[in-house]
Amino acid sequence: MSPLDTTRTAKPLRADLQLIADMVAPGSRVLDIGCGEGALLEYLARERRVIARGMELSQKNVNASVARGLSVIQGDADTDLGDYPSGAFDYAILSLTLQATRDPREVVEQMVRIGRHAIVSFPNFGHWRVRLGLLLHGRMPVTGALPEPWYETPNIHLCTVKDFVALCADCGIEIEEALVLNDRQHRTGPNTPRLANLLGEKAIFRLKKD
Amino acid sequence: MVMDHPRTEGADRQGAETGTAGPQATQQDPGARGGLTQEFGRETPMPLDCGIALGPFTLAYQTYGSLNAEKSNAILVCHALTGDQHMASTHPVTGKEGWWSEIVGPGLPLDTDRYFLICVNVLGGCMGSTGPKSINPATGEPWALDFPVITIADMVRAQKLLIDHLGIDKLFCVIGGSMGGMQVLEWASRYPEKVFAAVPIATAARHTAQNIAFHEVGRQAIMADLDWCGGRYISEGKNPDRGLAVARMTAHITYLSEPALHRKFGRRLQDRNSLTFGFEADFQVESYLRHQGAAFVQRFDANSYLYITRAMDYFDLAQEHGGKLANAFRDTPVRFCVISFTSDWLFPTSENRDIVHALNACAADVSFVEIESDAGHDAFLLDEPEFRDTLAGFIAGCAEHRGLTPGASSP
Repeated sequence: MSPLDTTRTAKPLRADLQLIADMVAPGSRVLDIGCGEGALLEYLARERRVIARGMELSQKNVNASVARGLSVIQGDADTDLGDYPSGAFDYAILSLTLQATRDPREVVEQMVRIGRHAIVSFPNFGHWRVRLGLLLHGRMPVTGALPEPWYETPNIHLCTVKDFVALCADCGIEIEEALVLNDRQHRTGPNTPRLANLLGEKAIFRLKKD
Repeated sequence: MVMDHPRTEGADRQGAETGTAGPQATQQDPGARGGLTQEFGRETPMPLDCGIALGPFTLAYQTYGSLNAEKSNAILVCHALTGDQHMASTHPVTGKEGWWSEIVGPGLPLDTDRYFLICVNVLGGCMGSTGPKSINPATGEPWALDFPVITIADMVRAQKLLIDHLGIDKLFCVIGGSMGGMQVLEWASRYPEKVFAAVPIATAARHTAQNIAFHEVGRQAIMADLDWCGGRYISEGKNPDRGLAVARMTAHITYLSEPALHRKFGRRLQDRNSLTFGFEADFQVESYLRHQGAAFVQRFDANSYLYITRAMDYFDLAQEHGGKLANAFRDTPVRFCVISFTSDWLFPTSENRDIVHALNACAADVSFVEIESDAGHDAFLLDEPEFRDTLAGFIAGCAEHRGLTPGASSP
């Protein structure tokens, strides 16, 4: 089988997706859960020559992705991950979707089961803007990473970096790598968990469970 | 009386013709006129699932486009219950354009400028391939009900002989809707190393009780027609037109949807302003169905209808693999694209999704799209833009992986 034509290059990625892409070893098997319109998948397929699969809730996005030659199915992270055999992928990726799932703990456990590694990113509810918004205004925070008002948001299970670290410990999941992006979408310098939880607007974790 | 019907769903595109050259009694294999045929099984008869070995037998087929030097650009299209090999060429009986002429052709999703397309009349069919109306060499009479019951797997085994005969080691793609989709699943399961990509459309891995029930109504209608003559109507110089027409009318309803019927006919009256208080075709929908039935009997053999519906009823891919559908696709290298339509209640999305779940369970490379359409099961035969786009995209992606770049196919 010849690799996907690499003369066609993928579009540049959003900063958080690029950081995820950089965690993926070339040529590996990847499942992108909640792959949206397939931007990350297409990048990984073309630039990293991975075996790329996607799962997406929106049928419209699925059809558009398949029309672009990507292998994507319509499916729900909460209900459809159980189908896959253990270790089916090198990486199971969930980008900025965990907070919208009904059972985030189960989703993360499924991810480390079907992927040798799991990569999870989420908006950090411990970010200083969120804290400040609640403290000073007494209103549910609306920020760059959490743009919808409380009555319209799909985000039903928000957490902080510390919350997520605790969940991993609880599930016996090893954190292989963790990084955060500040609100200018740059990786932040300070590397203590406390500062990460304060300065990180989005967090990205690479996980595994043996 | 026949009204001027609106242009309708693909399944009745052929049926909507009032053809005159029906597949009549003594005429053998009229469907193969102008097409290709190949005989198999003379030396070694082909074992069928029913335990009988069949041979010699003939397969009638059509090809479109050119096979490249590497023989790597072949796409096998599997037709549905009442389809045939004339998918993109004029039908020899009805004179109508092919049932997939919206999809197969130069520049279309199945591009005849790039790919070599093959469509084979199924074993048991009536358009040139050996079926119950063919002559039984043992008696010199049409087989009728002495023809062995065939299965979807038998159809696929026969197609495999033809593909081997054409010197094609690996099909680039096997694609088909409805019963054609069943054959696609059987191909991918039985010959995974011979199939690069598979596109089962509006289909199921097993025929449901409801679908078996509809088929049984159709068969009983045929067999209740006195002109069926216990299946020996050809020898008796008769044809069970009424029974076959009723079978077609029933089946035709299942290919549409309530919204589609409402949109096309509503409760509108046929060539009259008021109800007749009788049993003429007062309503347009009645006239339409009667026309569908009458046209169908011109081109289809009643016994073939019995045999092919039976093959669909018997199809249960999971049961062939220890009751677990995923076992049918264990470690499959095939790239799948499963496609369903929202208003299809004959092969609903849930049935198609079961295939996807099984493929996921073996971590197969699978895409799954559900196309929004109110056209019912027949949607796969229509010009549905989203369907065309996703099909074209999937095929293009596969061609890229297969190294089939545009212009690579040698004329």
